[in-house]
Amino acid sequence: MMPEAVTDRGALPAALAEDEILAVRDLSIAFQTPAGRLAAVQDVSFTLRRGETLALVGESGSGKSVTSLGILRLTPRAPFCRITGQVLLRGRDGRVRDLVALPEEAMREVRGRDAAMVFQEPMTSLNPVHRVGEQVAEAIRFHEGLGRRAALTKAAELLELVGIPDPRRRLASYPHELSGGMRQRVMIAMALSCEPQLLIADEPTTALDVTIQAQILDLLRRLQERTRMAVIFITHNLGVVAEIADRVMVMYAGRVVEQAPVRPLFGAPLMPYTRGLLRSVPRLDLAGLGREKLAAIPGTVPDPLDPPPGCSFAPRCDHVEPGRCDAALPGLDLARPEHRVRCVRWAELAGGVA
Amino acid sequence: MTALLEVRDLRKWFAGPRPGPFRPRAKLHAVDGVSFDIQRGEVLSLVGESGSGKTTVGRTVLRLARPDGGTIRFGGTEITSLSRDALRPFRRRMQLVFQDPYASLNPKMTVEEIVGAPLAIHEPAIGTAERRRRVEEALSLVGLLPSHIGRYPHEFSGGQRQRLGIARALILRPELLIADEPVSALDVSVQAQVVNLMLELKERLGLTILFISHDLAVVGHISDRIAVMYLGRLVEVAPTRALFTAPRHPYTEALLSAVPIPDPMVRRERIVLTGDVPSPLNPPSGCPFRTRCRYALPACAEAPPALREMAPGHWKACIRDDIALASPVGVA
Amino acid sequence: MSGASEAPIGLAAAPAAAPRPRRRDGALRRFLRHRLAAFGAGVITLMVLACAIGPYLLPFTDTEIDIMQRFAPPFSGPHLLGTDPLGRDILARLLMAGRISLSVGFSAMAISMVIGITVGLVAGYYRGWVGMVLMRFVDAMLCFPSIFLLLAISALIGPAVGSIIMLIAVTSWMEVARIVEAQIRALKARDFAVAAEALGASDARVMLRELLPNAIAPIVVAATLNVAHAILAESYVSFLGYGIQPPTPSWGNMLDNAQSYLTSAPWLAIIPGAAITLAVTSFNFIGDGLRDALDPRMGGR
Repeated sequence: MMPEAVTDRGALPAALAEDEILAVRDLSIAFQTPAGRLAAVQDVSFTLRRGETLALVGESGSGKSVTSLGILRLTPRAPFCRITGQVLLRGRDGRVRDLVALPEEAMREVRGRDAAMVFQEPMTSLNPVHRVGEQVAEAIRFHEGLGRRAALTKAAELLELVGIPDPRRRLASYPHELSGGMRQRVMIAMALSCEPQLLIADEPTTALDVTIQAQILDLLRRLQERTRMAVIFITHNLGVVAEIADRVMVMYAGRVVEQAPVRPLFGAPLMPYTRGLLRSVPRLDLAGLGREKLAAIPGTVPDPLDPPPGCSFAPRCDHVEPGRCDAALPGLDLARPEHRVRCVRWAELAGGVA
Repeated sequence: MTALLEVRDLRKWFAGPRPGPFRPRAKLHAVDGVSFDIQRGEVLSLVGESGSGKTTVGRTVLRLARPDGGTIRFGGTEITSLSRDALRPFRRRMQLVFQDPYASLNPKMTVEEIVGAPLAIHEPAIGTAERRRRVEEALSLVGLLPSHIGRYPHEFSGGQRQRLGIARALILRPELLIADEPVSALDVSVQAQVVNLMLELKERLGLTILFISHDLAVVGHISDRIAVMYLGRLVEVAPTRALFTAPRHPYTEALLSAVPIPDPMVRRERIVLTGDVPSPLNPPSGCPFRTRCRYALPACAEAPPALREMAPGHWKACIRDDIALASPVGVA
Repeated sequence: MSGASEAPIGLAAAPAAAPRPRRRDGALRRFLRHRLAAFGAGVITLMVLACAIGPYLLPFTDTEIDIMQRFAPPFSGPHLLGTDPLGRDILARLLMAGRISLSVGFSAMAISMVIGITVGLVAGYYRGWVGMVLMRFVDAMLCFPSIFLLLAISALIGPAVGSIIMLIAVTSWMEVARIVEAQIRALKARDFAVAAEALGASDARVMLRELLPNAIAPIVVAATLNVAHAILAESYVSFLGYGIQPPTPSWGNMLDNAQSYLTSAPWLAIIPGAAITLAVTSFNFIGDGLRDALDPRMGGR
């Protein structure tokens, strides 16, 4: 057997920087559908540092959820879905693996141990016929090899950590006996059971009421401070993004259209789509002060089977310039330090709007 | 000014589970004594979280469910216990827009059949050509093309389906529109389109709207007045601006504080409510909110507080008049 | 994360839910891709055609007695499938019997569907005590072993084609009623049904225009399986001598006549037996194919 360190270096096409947990390079995901090949995600690249939160923002069909599923290879298997590119993840053991190339067996160990996921609807992710305690304990036993009793004890600790009152008694509950917020806490507890390096949260608060959403956001923030895990937070709610994210990646029709730290993204968005999204949300501080028309973005997202030529936002864009915007796909330009935008006119538009 | 809709002490129970095999079913108080008026041309929003009973209020007002107590007057006529046949003339004067644009349109029907259904029911005498003309008119009213008339719902996007739902609701030119979370299933960019459409149609057709929602940002934009519900009761009713700048009920304060604001520069101290909404099967005694309220006193458990008018048009159901509540909006 | 590995597969399909017109022929294509179902449909089409026009093309009728040619084995002379103990042509009898058996199958299905759909629709729509009484009646009917019920009643009233059809129909509508009731109950809670109610639509309109068309897929599947069931039921009863009476041939009574000659002239039993098996399995295949093709998850949106 070769020494591990050597294998590692050999399997490392491009290394991660010291504090980086995840590097995604040119990730593309395509589905084979009866109606043809559907490019759900194209050329997504980003890196994520320890303790950092990246928000993935977009509407339905933007590819934000598929991106996150693709990172953990939870999309359907090969003939139905193809993943290309690189997903480098630093494991809990410090080793860096390319998840796209990893065999399924090894991938299964990565899920849950190095990277975990929380979904929108906790009811469908929890098995309704098993008690909550068993489900959390099973996740622990699978990865940690603990005994049943020890795993249950740890499960109770985890439930306490995520703020479930009376955790010992709650272990015996079935999922349907818990409220939506409690179920989401259980999901988070399961995801955290092995202290993963990376947590992917796919619309974890969308199905919850605002007051419960506030609780869950608080909880995630607290847990992240404690464990220094990196978080990918997928949402369509810009308010949530502003509260939780360090950096933001806006996706539209399968591509990243803008990528920036949270303050410049909200303060000086460069992509007309991002600006449109921000403006279409009614402002709370203007509530009741008259009903100006909301700045809606006209039209709907393009059909992924029949994308428009050039910039995919061009058909809905106020600033579209025929001949330029629909000619070729704009590149993801580095407009300012750490701020990338996919728009041929960003420089002209920034002058006018900034 | 006469109110188009007057609701007094509305109550609706559902049968809960049986506590034992031979015991009577538990009573679930979905709506527990709700009173409000809507003036003609007004937009009143009913705000609350899941389980607050806001949807049940909407359905009961439309008499899709029979109230178990209280009265509903529509245009001066009491409709609380009208029979189905007697109710029919009122049906065309009040209509409903649903939350889920996928479930609310019959997948087996064409646009013409769906949007024309109200005509088929209430004006069966008009001919096919006339019906088609009016369906086309309704489609262009909501920003769809008349040529869409032969299509099926699955050929439309979510936002377009919601427009279809609105066209169906408006084809008979009702006076009252009850919109139950009409934009919450839509994408952010499409939500704004539908909100704009509803406000535009309200002006053009002189509609009165009961807007049911949990989204405070949208509600703040669209409403004249807001009624906040918690566990089947109204806890606060106020003009929109007053509610946002000077909430008077602790629940409203917490609700406003929980709304994430899309501005990373705003850092505010948030009131995070502990625990969940209590079960309506076993509501707390006295004030329904007291179990999560940070201002609760022992006296709060004694009796459910009544709505009291604290300022013109500003009502609250809370016994604590000595507290100053915060607002994320600040004083304008 | 246990259990999480299944969930995302379903989720992965969601982003692909583009607003793309679903073509109407999708169901037909899916059906034909189901090989056994396509085979079944082919067999049934051939059978129906053969039974409808075959007898006119044969030189023998089903009742013509040829004493010289008794017990002729198949493929041995002018009689293609041989003859029976009276010297009647088996192919002619098989085709005429097919007319009876298939029409009993289809007619019994049609009647049982009418009863089942009506009961299911009313019970599912009104629920309350009306639905309670109806569905308990369905349960009660299901408690009787239907074959014995069939035998007992046909022994009592004297069998004829019409009465056999009625008997089979009234003992086989309960499954349909249950299916329809469950569908209607679920559909009635959907928003589009509430929308119709909010418009002041009459009960009949809601039931027939809004709800029933959405329940059609499982009804069609049940109907196909019901034909198979009815053909089989007719065969049982005729085989036991309480069904279609000679000289009118049916697949069941052809089998009945073959009993005494199982060793000396096995083809007398094999041929009608094969016809029954082929027809019943074909209908079952069609039912399976339809179930997949009309999958509510594909057509219900």
